[in-house]
Amino acid sequence: MSRMVKRRIAPRHKPAPAAAKRPLPTSLRRNAPLVPVDSAGGQALAAVIAILTFLAALCAGGAELVATSSAQWRSDIAREVTIQVRPNAQRSIEADVDRAVALARQTKGVESAQPFTKQQSERLLEPWLGTGLDFNDLPVPRLIVIKLAEEARPDFAPLRQSLKDQVPGATLDDHALWVSRLSTMANTIIGVGVVLVTLVLVAAGLAVTFATRGAMAGNREVVDVLHFVGANDDFIAKEFQRRFFNLGLRGSVAGAGAALLLTTILGLVAKSWRASPTGDQIEALFGAFSISWRGYGVVVLIALVVALVTGIVSRLTVRRFLNGNG
Amino acid sequence: MRADYDIDDYGGAPVVQLENVGVRYGMGPEVLRDLTFAIEANSFQFLTGPSGAGKTTLLRLILMSVRPTRGLISIFGEDVSDISKDNLTGLRRRMGVVFQDFRLLDHLTTYENVALPLRVQGKEEATYRAEVVELLRWVGLGDRMHVLPPVLSGGEKQRAAIARALIVRPDLLLADEPTGNVDPSLARRLLRLFIELNRLGTSVVIATHDFSLMDQLDVRRLVLGDGRLHIDE
Repeated sequence: MSRMVKRRIAPRHKPAPAAAKRPLPTSLRRNAPLVPVDSAGGQALAAVIAILTFLAALCAGGAELVATSSAQWRSDIAREVTIQVRPNAQRSIEADVDRAVALARQTKGVESAQPFTKQQSERLLEPWLGTGLDFNDLPVPRLIVIKLAEEARPDFAPLRQSLKDQVPGATLDDHALWVSRLSTMANTIIGVGVVLVTLVLVAAGLAVTFATRGAMAGNREVVDVLHFVGANDDFIAKEFQRRFFNLGLRGSVAGAGAALLLTTILGLVAKSWRASPTGDQIEALFGAFSISWRGYGVVVLIALVVALVTGIVSRLTVRRFLNGNG
Repeated sequence: MRADYDIDDYGGAPVVQLENVGVRYGMGPEVLRDLTFAIEANSFQFLTGPSGAGKTTLLRLILMSVRPTRGLISIFGEDVSDISKDNLTGLRRRMGVVFQDFRLLDHLTTYENVALPLRVQGKEEATYRAEVVELLRWVGLGDRMHVLPPVLSGGEKQRAAIARALIVRPDLLLADEPTGNVDPSLARRLLRLFIELNRLGTSVVIATHDFSLMDQLDVRRLVLGDGRLHIDE
């Protein structure tokens, strides 16, 4: 058109000869999105996404904290095995303990076998029975704590059999029941965390669906004009997707950032409490209350997934809206 | 695009052909009835009639934003009664439209509005920047290209709308009251622009009830009245 105008019309009419000689501006386009952004609705959606991402990040961070702590507990408990030697009037308990320790040390994968002395065993009972009691009258069993080597998974069947044969009254506890219970508890907490994160993502998707439908209705004029100037549905859907992805990214980065900030602050507070009994208890349950690099990774991943969900859901909503109305 | 397109592409058939077309909105009376006419390739015509006669509805029929309640419409030789969305987009890209209410996007600058048809086709800005600026300067908007439409005058908006319709060098130009908001001298200049465009092969339909404009050109007049069409050859 312009060439035609210049060649065939402009020489005859020349409306602005001076203007024609002017150099072109270097950048005319402001890269303005074709779908208006930064409306009040857009800001509200970004805020909703920020809140949902914050909650999802906290859930995921909490689940990750429990996963890390429970792995630590399970590894500690699984590395420890106990032999309990019950007193028998016909046998010398000291000899039985020594025999059991010797048998344990012969087992492959055992790093150390440490018997509790009579005094140590009695001290273990003090919280329940109090002090000043004569334990000589009580048949107090003796414990042998066996530490296993790292990553060792010894077969305890031969040791169990040897103890049965040579030290009657000795029982071996490999803590399998406790490990199983802890695993179930930790897996339940992690499962709940995953379900909560999924629910939050679904809620974010639904919020975006409603916001997109609202934006489509509010921008009906823009959509019509885009159609009339030759835009296809895919182009329009992409424009909406870009807008909502940006909104989603802004919201999710804010939410994830707030969650990480809160975790950091709680970590610092927990550190200052560490000396107190409450702090010790919290630390025993949740570790040092600071999430690992994997935790940071999960939070960043959630922020990205929320932004992606926002973009994809808006695109699908626009396509469906245009197919139904356009 | 004119350069990529030849009239023979659709076998010399009329650009637009209507046969016994009727339109009604909802359960109301027919606003257009028994329309049978063709717009030939490379033709120039005025579409006229009193206000409310259905000029805009007829343009929207051709633009495929209104579906006929009866009759057949073919655009560029293609029956549009059951047209796919992709083909609809393809046909619309061969048309330029000037709306009576301009329909400029208020959040885009004049330059961006005029470049919009090229941008939605996925063209790189560098490939059309000079062309858009040149056209804007030609329609007298060289100094207003960075301005948003709400601060443009009615005449400036109209010129921006015309420039947006012309920038793709359409095969068919539909203009609804394109000179309604400009002074007589600019109206004449814009009419000459449409004539030049027609000489280069674009079929032009100008809806107007401005007799002084129509009197400047001895071309076919499609006169709408009472929902029916009368043609003054």
